[in-house]
Amino acid sequence: MADLLVVTNVTKRFGGLAALDDVSLSVGEGEIYGLIGPNGAGKTTLFNCMTGLYSVTSGQVLLSGAAVQGLKPHQIVTRGFARTFQNIRLFANMTALENVMVGRHARTRAGVLGAVIRGARTRAEEAAIHDKARELMDYVGLKNKGRGLAGHLPYGDQRRLEIARALATEPRLLALDEPVAGMNPIERRQMGELFLKLRAGGVTLLLIEHDVKLVMGLCDRVAVLDYGRKIAEGEPESVRKDPAVIAAYLGGEAA
Amino acid sequence: MQAVHKYLGARPRLTLVLLAALLVILPFVVGAGLGNSWVRVLDFVLLYVLLALGLNIVVGYAGLLDLGYIAFYALGAYLYAWLASPHFGLHLPFWAVLPLGAALAGMFGVLLGAPTLRLRGDYLAIVTLGFGEIIRIFMNNLNAPFNLTNGPQGMNLIDPVSIGGVSLGRSLRVFGFTLPSTYLYYYLFLAATLLVIVIAMRLQDSRIGRAWAALREDEVAAAAMGINTRNVKLLAFAMGATFGGLAGGLFAAFQGFISPESFNLWESILVLCMIVLGGMGNIPGVILGAVLLTVIPEALRYLGDLQRATLGHVVVDPADLRMLLFGVALVAMMLFRPAGLLPSRQRKREFSAQDGVAEQEQADLYDARA
Repeated sequence: MADLLVVTNVTKRFGGLAALDDVSLSVGEGEIYGLIGPNGAGKTTLFNCMTGLYSVTSGQVLLSGAAVQGLKPHQIVTRGFARTFQNIRLFANMTALENVMVGRHARTRAGVLGAVIRGARTRAEEAAIHDKARELMDYVGLKNKGRGLAGHLPYGDQRRLEIARALATEPRLLALDEPVAGMNPIERRQMGELFLKLRAGGVTLLLIEHDVKLVMGLCDRVAVLDYGRKIAEGEPESVRKDPAVIAAYLGGEAA
Repeated sequence: MQAVHKYLGARPRLTLVLLAALLVILPFVVGAGLGNSWVRVLDFVLLYVLLALGLNIVVGYAGLLDLGYIAFYALGAYLYAWLASPHFGLHLPFWAVLPLGAALAGMFGVLLGAPTLRLRGDYLAIVTLGFGEIIRIFMNNLNAPFNLTNGPQGMNLIDPVSIGGVSLGRSLRVFGFTLPSTYLYYYLFLAATLLVIVIAMRLQDSRIGRAWAALREDEVAAAAMGINTRNVKLLAFAMGATFGGLAGGLFAAFQGFISPESFNLWESILVLCMIVLGGMGNIPGVILGAVLLTVIPEALRYLGDLQRATLGHVVVDPADLRMLLFGVALVAMMLFRPAGLLPSRQRKREFSAQDGVAEQEQADLYDARA
């Protein structure tokens, strides 16, 4: 399996605090890779470092072999790495469909002149954006919910919409930050099915999740962060039995 | 009224024809009913509509609070004066000068935008306010060592717009009608306004317009959707400034005289009030705001005459009254129609959202250099 994402010795300091301390991991093409750890372990910080929202203090992030650290978020998206947010960041006052249409920005071209003149090419592009957004809404299970305001959708649908919006950028790697947080068991199972469908469609998934059952059931491999350090990595079963992981979650001295 | 609204709502084409006819005969109606000075007011209404539409791109679409917008108006006006007045002895035609003025203003829009990319809200407002004042103060003082702007005296004898040898600065006789200069400029400004309306509408409903809306909603998420937030912001500043520059050039040609006085902070705030009052982000709202805030102060002048006629002397200066009513109107609006008189679809939702659109912490997440 070729490595799609390789994170090497990434450190992120906020003043004196090392939120990430020398973290390395690699995600293979087609994997569902889980990132778990107690609150404040640095999972979201790592996401932010990988997707360009934070600049790393040191270390390297390679996407398909090319360094992306130091690039801006929009450049990383264009290279095929999209994400969702832990605290849902939809464009709440735009319609659900418009949210997904914004996601097409990186893959479309029309500029000011195109918009003003509105020639055949621009109109065709707009129609394609519209169709693709529709299709993605259907894909994530939000058929016919495009006209409502994104901020007024039920919580679970907002999570789905964020995924549809991210998919609109045509990612090869999709990073999901706690995608099932706050969902009931049925919704969680449906989301799990969506993730498998995504993987089958050729998208590699990187998942931050607290729901151990979901992670263990879905992920091919899991890494565990604690206090900004990676304390374990491997198949879900072996990670679950790792004494360092048990200590991190249950407290006490690491064995 | 309701019936009329319903009837026309079902017939968009008829509405358009009626509206066009109304706009064409408007100066004649106004001129006959209220006198030529009100046709002049009409011209200013159109100039302010142009300005408000331009600022609406920056503030309404992209959500960037700009309190120095009038500087672009000033730049357009001064460029027109430099290239078409005896000041430098240049008399270039309007079709060359207006686009240059718009381009110069657009360039300055980028110059203002570039250093302020990471600022938001209040901080951006303060910097743009400073920018507006800097431009005005420059214009006020650049009469020495080299006389560029003629300082506080302003620049005089600016060429009127002349189309095909017909100067709009003088009355025109056609088919026995006499069209005064103010009427001619009305049609020129109307054409410019219609052009800008079409551009603004098309921009709003496009990939660029969606990117601006996304930027306004959540800058971090916009960046994570592949939007180059720097370019999109600069584009908003540039587009807004371009319209301001165009309006400035038209203003200079129309007045024949400009001075730094015309471009003070109050003007920036006035234009901002127009879009806030009318309905930020919504073109009909912005137009309504510009019309109201231009016409009402003019109408209030009559209150001075009224007081003199009834009381024998002026008790309350209409200019003071204007400010007072202005304040009352804005406070009343915030209480009863916080999203503006004709709010945009988005704003309306935003202000009426019952389940309180989740407040999103934006500020500290985006530390990648913009």
